[in-house]
Amino acid sequence: MENLVYIALFAPFASSMFAALFGMSPRQTFVGIVASTLLFISFAASATLAVHVYTTGASIHVTMMEWISAGDLTIPFGFLVDQVSVTMMTVVTLVSTVVHIYSIGYMDHDKSFNRFFSYLSAFVFSMMILVMSDNFAGLFIGWEGVGVCSWLLIGFWYHKADVTREENPSISPSWAANEAFIVNRIADLGMLVGIFIIYWNVGSLQYDVVFADLPNLSSSVLNAAALALFIGAMGKSAQFPLHTWLTDAMEGPTPVSALIHAATMVTAGVFLVIRANPIFSMTPEVSFFIAALGTFVAFFAASMALVNRDLKRIIAFSTLSQLGYMFAAAGLGAYWIALFHLAAHAFFKALLFLGAGNVMHAMDDELDIFKMGGLKKAMRWTWGYMGLASLALAGIFPFAGFFSKDAIIETAFNEGTYVLWAVLVLTAGMTAFYSFRQVFLTFHGDERYKEAGIHPHEMYKFVLIAMAPLAILAVIAGFFMGGYQEFVTKLLPDYVMSEHTHHYVILLTLIVSAFAIGGIFLAYKKYYNGLKRDMELENSFIYKLLANQYYIPNFYEAFITKPYAMLSDIMWKDVDMKIVDATVDGIAKFLYKSGDGSRKMQTGNLSNYLNWMAVGAVLLLVIAAISAMLG
Amino acid sequence: MIGLSHYLIVSALIFSIGLVGVLRRRNLLMLFFATEVMLNAVNIAFAAISHYYNDLTGQMFAFFIIAIAASEVAVGLGILIVLYKKHGTLDLDDLASMRG
Repeated sequence: MENLVYIALFAPFASSMFAALFGMSPRQTFVGIVASTLLFISFAASATLAVHVYTTGASIHVTMMEWISAGDLTIPFGFLVDQVSVTMMTVVTLVSTVVHIYSIGYMDHDKSFNRFFSYLSAFVFSMMILVMSDNFAGLFIGWEGVGVCSWLLIGFWYHKADVTREENPSISPSWAANEAFIVNRIADLGMLVGIFIIYWNVGSLQYDVVFADLPNLSSSVLNAAALALFIGAMGKSAQFPLHTWLTDAMEGPTPVSALIHAATMVTAGVFLVIRANPIFSMTPEVSFFIAALGTFVAFFAASMALVNRDLKRIIAFSTLSQLGYMFAAAGLGAYWIALFHLAAHAFFKALLFLGAGNVMHAMDDELDIFKMGGLKKAMRWTWGYMGLASLALAGIFPFAGFFSKDAIIETAFNEGTYVLWAVLVLTAGMTAFYSFRQVFLTFHGDERYKEAGIHPHEMYKFVLIAMAPLAILAVIAGFFMGGYQEFVTKLLPDYVMSEHTHHYVILLTLIVSAFAIGGIFLAYKKYYNGLKRDMELENSFIYKLLANQYYIPNFYEAFITKPYAMLSDIMWKDVDMKIVDATVDGIAKFLYKSGDGSRKMQTGNLSNYLNWMAVGAVLLLVIAAISAMLG
Repeated sequence: MIGLSHYLIVSALIFSIGLVGVLRRRNLLMLFFATEVMLNAVNIAFAAISHYYNDLTGQMFAFFIIAIAASEVAVGLGILIVLYKKHGTLDLDDLASMRG
């Protein structure tokens, strides 16, 4: 079993290194094939481990080597495969395998094909370290590795020039990559502080030691640690107010978006909260804050998705919204439901993104859904996949999203937080509306793409086949909920609905489903028969507010980026140049000048030297005499 | 009565004369003489102090200095002769060749 752990972990690393060997050479299809095969091996190992953990109920703990050992601090490279991490491993490697195969087709014409696979596998490797580590330090390494790889991948087309925000809200790939990295750095500081707080108070970073020691800590320490860790999670999982990078990250190639949203990046924040659940369950105030923030983000992101015209951005907003759901569940103590929604969401969200990639491929990289329409004829498979994924996202019975999202909404009801419940139900309706608005505008109605002279074509067959496992899971994953609950609650605290909630469960489900179906129906009415633009609505204040993401990016630019740039300018010109540089230069100049001055002593005349020597001797004598008198 | 302090004053005076010679003379040979004068001033002080303390070590040291001074003069004069043959002068102002 131990070997399987290492295979699961290091196969993506091997894949990354292998692809890196060919990083500079022209496109080689076998690089993609080898990378995909290695990822599949990793998936197979993870799945075997999952079966093992499921059947024996025991977790596997391996320590590869001692990493840091200084004084009282010992941090090993240890890996833990238990119910939580094995779930993440299986989901991550499955989605990544599909994304790798997909990329062989999608990146077909890109000259940096090999480099792309190297980054992609490194991304998966970082995420595997993140989920498998048995201590906070290892988690942090994975956390940062994910950040670096996301930077490399979002900015993959770094050669594209910057444009204005009106033309493209994310300006350019390199701008978006920097934004993602910097926003994550800000949050990572919080994470790091949380880890320090834990280390100072516990003296260890091993999960088991830390969690066993929690009852001995004061509540203020626990609150501080939980809050600091959650700030880290907010950055990676793009929660308000650190959410802007996620939609701008759409500048990366589409498979990267699928990977970021489904498997390797944004789920890390949710994973952290679930992994550190003993801390969060002891801090009810912080947990409630998480739940409230999650609910707010769910609604907030869904509202922005309602009016967006960019195919990938709509899906990105939906990820943001679903992450809000996960945090709501985790904040309310239903950790296993959050994890289940994470897994289910990963399947249909990856499918949605890959479908969007197919559409982009067909539409010559056009993303505006107002310029599509009627693509169903040309792209029947993609239509099917995206339809399924959207049904799952909308939470229609019997698709995966129905079970997990319904459970989250029920949890909100069960906890008696009716405001959160109402917002989440409303958001479910909005989710259904925007996902089907996008499906109808893309695949149904009048064929608006003809104006641009585009001839859409279906994606390669092998790509479509590779997407099938995701589609199947998006449909059936929900039926495993009961079994999964039994499996994962061996580790996570169980969460069951009270008798009272049980009483209303049918009613609650019906309400949620009514909202979801209502949302779909509304989208059907408005968009099924083609796009009829309502200029009055589009010019209204609310519409503009939503379309401009509540002007938050502009706000950040005006009140953070620009003042910061101005401050930096002042620091550079006044503080750095005039004080720091001037001091250093002054010392150097003084030395030069004194050297220049004292050079004249060097006359070459022995007599002069002797005079100087005598002066020196007299001086020494005087000093000795004075010090003798004083001493 | 001539005491220690008289000897020391004489020694200091001779040393000063030697020092002035070192500082003021431009001729290398004269510089040599001046250093010899300074050495002998020190010898006087050594001998006087040695006598004052009834300790022969100082006088032994003076002998050593005389011996070393003699050998130094032998070597030094050899160098001076070579220098004179090479440059035709022993004036320090003319010998300055390493101006910085």
